[in-house]
Amino acid sequence: MSPVGNRALGALTRHRLFWPAMILVALLALNVVFTDNFLNVQMRDGHLYGSLIDILRFGAPLILVALGMTLVIATGGIDLSVGSVVAISGALACLQISELADQNAVGGVLSAIGLTLVVILALGAWNGFLVAVVGIQPIIATLILMVAGRGLAQLIADGQIITINSSPYKLIGGGYWLTLPFGILVVIALIALTAFLTRRLALGMFIESVGGNAEASRLSGIRSRGVLIVAYTFCGLCAGIAGLMISSNVSSADGNNAGLWIELDAILAVVIGGTSLAGGRFSLSGTVLGALIIQTLTTTIYSIGVPPETTLLFKALVVTIVCLLQSPAFRQKAFRWRRPVPPPPVPREGSSPPSAGVGAERQVREEDEPVREETVRNR
Amino acid sequence: MTTDTIATGQAGRFAIPLRYVPVAVTAGLLIAMFTVGGIRYEGFASGQVILNVFVDNAFLLVVGVGMTFVILAGGIDLSVGSVVALSTMITASLVTNQGWPAPMVIVLVLAIGAALGAGMGAIIHYFQVQPFIATLAGMFLARGLCYTIGTDSIPITDGLFTAFAQTRIDLFGEMWISPSVVIATVVVLIAAYVLHYTRLGRTVYAVGGSEQSALLMGLPVGRTKIAVYTISGLCSALGGILLSFYMLSGYGLHAVGMELDAIAAVVIGGTLLTGGSGYLLGTVLGILVLGLTQTIISFEGTLSSWWTRIFIGLLLFAFILLQRLIGARRT
Repeated sequence: MSPVGNRALGALTRHRLFWPAMILVALLALNVVFTDNFLNVQMRDGHLYGSLIDILRFGAPLILVALGMTLVIATGGIDLSVGSVVAISGALACLQISELADQNAVGGVLSAIGLTLVVILALGAWNGFLVAVVGIQPIIATLILMVAGRGLAQLIADGQIITINSSPYKLIGGGYWLTLPFGILVVIALIALTAFLTRRLALGMFIESVGGNAEASRLSGIRSRGVLIVAYTFCGLCAGIAGLMISSNVSSADGNNAGLWIELDAILAVVIGGTSLAGGRFSLSGTVLGALIIQTLTTTIYSIGVPPETTLLFKALVVTIVCLLQSPAFRQKAFRWRRPVPPPPVPREGSSPPSAGVGAERQVREEDEPVREETVRNR
Repeated sequence: MTTDTIATGQAGRFAIPLRYVPVAVTAGLLIAMFTVGGIRYEGFASGQVILNVFVDNAFLLVVGVGMTFVILAGGIDLSVGSVVALSTMITASLVTNQGWPAPMVIVLVLAIGAALGAGMGAIIHYFQVQPFIATLAGMFLARGLCYTIGTDSIPITDGLFTAFAQTRIDLFGEMWISPSVVIATVVVLIAAYVLHYTRLGRTVYAVGGSEQSALLMGLPVGRTKIAVYTISGLCSALGGILLSFYMLSGYGLHAVGMELDAIAAVVIGGTLLTGGSGYLLGTVLGILVLGLTQTIISFEGTLSSWWTRIFIGLLLFAFILLQRLIGARRT
């Protein structure tokens, strides 16, 4: 996120995004070795083609979901319901489009998408309401919609897989615009919007403040409840758009399997990107990097000829490695004897948990956290 | 604190101590569901309907017991469903494809489950990785291992397994149970004993209540945390073996989403997800509620299977609200 750290290699390796970036580079390098012309991007029929573009295109829904998840996790929460929201969004949009007299009518498709997004916003706000107003732990509050949501998606689709044939709808997930896949453009726009809202306006600071300590933030004049509801609603919206993308890409909605496990992938992307599950600070670029790592991993597994069934195995390995590398306790234990020169004189053991006050200066150097007992479960 | 006190607690409604209220409400709900079912559907009000819920959910009961330990200690275990699937897969491939003797395979599978759990516990404790993430990795790992063993369903034809699958233990009247129910009951009884009458059990509650306080009191926090994940892994492996008795096959797609059912059962059973408060009896009742919901939906006939999910979601909501209300009154 910050140019600090370019001065010395030591400083670079301690940068928050160093390890995730290295893993992405390693994965890409592996692909270059195993696949010819991996890095080539071609112009064909006015569209850009290439493996890199494919990674971006198929990774678009995951990046979106992870983006919303980042804000929720930054508030110290978690949203397990995104997978169900993806399914509901796809089912709802496809159901409405399938009932249109002319499925290619732009107006009808737009109104279907609009209505879907309104419902999705309501679902996100419901999660936010449960967490902020009723005061349920986030993991449980969103578990409700996660369990019930799959049922709702199947109820909407009446247990069927709805298939549609609508070219305007197909644009969202499978079409091209300005030589790039439309999905990538949507993702770029949303990332830019999120970055603007959270890094140029005060919202990001509010979110981090609430994540650090909701009660202290409230006492210092921040409407914690409002911030929480905004975060969950935004997360729902991101998941909803991802759902539109997924269903549009295959021109059908499967209430059972659409977005299955995407919540886990998204949380993984956020964690790989260096956002602590304890809340209090977040890194949008880290999340995008994390989502790209997951998508590149999937592509790599296909391209180097490992059976695709083992994707999960590799994912497990990556999660474990990344989590261990990010765990201060592990780094201390593992690198103590390998690196004779002691790490820079930062207060390692006794550093206090991140300050909860408004405007607490975020430290660019990766901050070693001591045991933080109040993790997700305790909220 | 024993199951007896809870049972007597239900009698005097207003005399129930606050901590028993969630379990009492679950028990009340169960009775209400059974009564409504009995009035509405012919042939519902029989002991066998209840017993069938046990027969069909014996594996979930065992998995739920492990989950109760983890949640009471303030953690969460997302890997249980995958470990169940991995256990069925290892069992099926060793027994059917390799021809290993069944008892040896069962012991090996239990050891693998416990080792997986202990590994996750160790990562959580020694490297301070959040339980959610560590067990998520375990979930991916176990599911991935299933698919490396094989992508297809492997049937089990071994004599011991078919015997366990087909044996009916007759009770009085026309009622019967399967051997799996007996195993699950024994597991529940042992777990209840461990939780309420041993040092480990008290430490589990203490760690779940406040890890910091437990540490300051000199309790073995690390050992206990690793122990609960080991217990959960062991229970999941045993659940997997019971599932292979029930399904007579090993398949990488068995028990998808079982971790959610287990967590839901624990929550409906009145255990606080923050840890430190709850009873094993609650989990048993929670699983009965889930099972009875499915039974009612199948008796109703016109409701599609997805209503189960929606009902479970609504039940979760109701019980979490109840927990909030009790929590608010307590503080």
